[in-house]
Amino acid sequence: MDSISGLALGFGNAFSLANLAWALLGCFLGTAVGVLPGIGPALTIALLLPITFTVSATGAFILFCGVFYGAMYGGSTTSILLNTPGESGSIITALEGAKMARNGRAGPALATSAIGSFVAGTVGTLGIAFLGPVIVEWALVLGPAEYFSLMVLCFVTVSAVLGSSALRGMTSLFLGLLLGLVGIDLQTGQPRLTFGVTELLDGVNVVLVAVALFAVGEALHMAWRHHEGKVEVLEVGRLMLSKEDLKRSFWPWMRGAGLGFPFGVLPAGGTEMPTMLSYYAERKLVKPEHRHEFGTTGAIEGVAGPEAANNAAAAGVLVPMLTLGLPTSATAAIMLSAFQSYGINPGPMLFTQQAELVWTLIASLFIANVMLVVLNLPLVGLWVRILKVPVPQLYGGILVFATIGTYGISNSVMDLVILYALGVVAMFMRRFDFPVAPVVIGMILGPMAEQALRQALTISQGDWTTFVTRPGSALILALAVLALAGPRIWAAVASRR
Amino acid sequence: MTQRRTLLAATAALGLTPGLARAQQRFASMYMFIPAGPGGGWDGLGRAVEQVARGAGLVGSFQFENVGGAGGTVGLPRFVAQRRGRGDALMVGGAVMVGAVLTNRTPVGIKDVTPIARMTTEPGVIVVPANSEFQNLRGFLDALKANPGAVSVGGGSAGGIDHITLGLMLKAQGRNAREGSYVAFAGGGPAQAAILGAQVKAGISGVSEFSEQIAAGRMRALATTGDTRSLTGVPTLKESGLDIVIGNWRGLFGAPGINAAQRQALVDFTTALHALPAWRDLMKTRGWDDAFLTGTAFEEFLARDQRETEAVLRDIGLVT
Repeated sequence: MDSISGLALGFGNAFSLANLAWALLGCFLGTAVGVLPGIGPALTIALLLPITFTVSATGAFILFCGVFYGAMYGGSTTSILLNTPGESGSIITALEGAKMARNGRAGPALATSAIGSFVAGTVGTLGIAFLGPVIVEWALVLGPAEYFSLMVLCFVTVSAVLGSSALRGMTSLFLGLLLGLVGIDLQTGQPRLTFGVTELLDGVNVVLVAVALFAVGEALHMAWRHHEGKVEVLEVGRLMLSKEDLKRSFWPWMRGAGLGFPFGVLPAGGTEMPTMLSYYAERKLVKPEHRHEFGTTGAIEGVAGPEAANNAAAAGVLVPMLTLGLPTSATAAIMLSAFQSYGINPGPMLFTQQAELVWTLIASLFIANVMLVVLNLPLVGLWVRILKVPVPQLYGGILVFATIGTYGISNSVMDLVILYALGVVAMFMRRFDFPVAPVVIGMILGPMAEQALRQALTISQGDWTTFVTRPGSALILALAVLALAGPRIWAAVASRR
Repeated sequence: MTQRRTLLAATAALGLTPGLARAQQRFASMYMFIPAGPGGGWDGLGRAVEQVARGAGLVGSFQFENVGGAGGTVGLPRFVAQRRGRGDALMVGGAVMVGAVLTNRTPVGIKDVTPIARMTTEPGVIVVPANSEFQNLRGFLDALKANPGAVSVGGGSAGGIDHITLGLMLKAQGRNAREGSYVAFAGGGPAQAAILGAQVKAGISGVSEFSEQIAAGRMRALATTGDTRSLTGVPTLKESGLDIVIGNWRGLFGAPGINAAQRQALVDFTTALHALPAWRDLMKTRGWDDAFLTGTAFEEFLARDQRETEAVLRDIGLVT
């Protein structure tokens, strides 16, 4: 079956009243869990698994996909408004998004992330329908050596978030690398830095650290430095995108979607790396007259790009699942177990054996995307009203919110202890002007890079040249060198002229 | 209270498929503890027990609790501490927990809970990429014997069942388990991708994880690790002359400190559940192999499994 007739069949099925209702329910649930920090789509779908005993396979998967896409939309809302990322893919969104909100531009930030999510979600879903089977074969060519080189490339992006002092930025980065080491080492099975605490054996959850550093740290810092006196209320400003905003958002959306989708398809890719690369790219590519907005008042490019990258990557994650039966993310793994409870064993033959189900699912992804943007744009007006809450009450609310969300991750008191301990650390970091974003980046990239490095070296029997003798890896490393040295050489040449 | 009971009974009755023979109710309510997050293999077994037991009316209602982490060693102490002496509590566990208790050196172990029944098992399979130089198990074993370091094998986390299987195979070739070139991947997806893309020479995992790739001709199965054949035309390790039978078994455990009668009631419950046609159908749909074992036979199996796992982990260097 070719893609066009497949889609036609899929839309025919998905447009039934019952299936539309499942999609709507999924989108609604997904947005809700995306907003709560901690509880993500994987956990939500897992909790919904028992419905597979009673609901038809098509209905269940439409619901799950709605939750999955919805969570990507909802995750950015709290990132922007409350500086509290709901899931790891929207951590980067918080960098510029929260600054925009603080400067009276919460409306445009939310709008650009909603429309950007729609654009990228549509691009990504088109990618699943037309490119899926082809692109996944290319993805398989990449081995641990190439993944390590990709992480090296991503480490270059850290320079964009280091802040004014490189020494402080690097200190933050190394704190992140340290936190990433906690837990059982995958390659040797040995616990590291767990100090005999069983709860630490699986490591520290990255969303938990992000919530602690961004939300709790800021709330505590606010409480510490708050001066009694006039009650501050943040400015809300205009809600929708101006023509200027739209113009500034368009290319970041496209670039973000273009970066995100292939990373999502990679079996060890995920949604975090493309958001970092997109942020780095937008910061470098921004028009000189808007450059000063990055890191100060918040640049809309820095929200549009990463948010699009996040959503396109989320769509890309479905490609290896649907074309090869490979669960490459927690959510995909849970969806695969749902397939199994229907007696369907997802594998390379899924597209041919379950064509109707797969195409209905893809069609419902398009529908979910439309539903989500329709659902989320009017919500912008409602969400920004949160900012009208006076600062003390607002930050009190954020603390409550962060605590509930964190407890929801795994019902563990230990998580709450870590949350507040790191929150206090973040409070001091803010006081002494250490940037917190490099901590999270180090924590995400560090363990991934370490595992890829060791996997590659095990395969090559300890031969380090594997990183330059494999063409893919050498190419990516060359790109990293270019990104690091290129601007400096360019500046040197330009000044000599 | 009575009202709540009636309500519970009513909801239970709603879940009944009409025409199904109704067994005698053995527990009005049951507490099911899953020492893993929702959606995994242990959670799947727990929910399957609920589905079948409630459908047949063996149990009125179920209450679930998931406490995941570190191969079950985070949840295990919680179950032991909170459910002591409770005759209506069950915990799911299995081969992964045996290994995790050993490698994580946790004070609370499987010895602290009451074995009730082994329910299912899933044998492993050794695969190579479709274009691999290894046509059969013999070729693979010869290469392992000649230079284990050159044969990279992908699988789940270090010290897990896949790693132990490789360790046992190396040992059978007169090599040390430590000499193997084992590449651990986080989760089945990345591991499968590495095998499909021929990044590693071979892979080891559960049969169901690879069966579709094998059927589609993208991986070649060299051998399975069960007692009997799991895939048509693929030999077991045992019939290939290696004395290795290993599988990812899953079972049910009772709370510590329950008396003999309480324990017997739980064993009787699992026996009645296992006898239901609905249970057989469900196992077939999920691709689980029946491994039902209770009483002293299960205890003996458990003791042997712990002994063997410890020996291999010691060889690999994970247990000292």
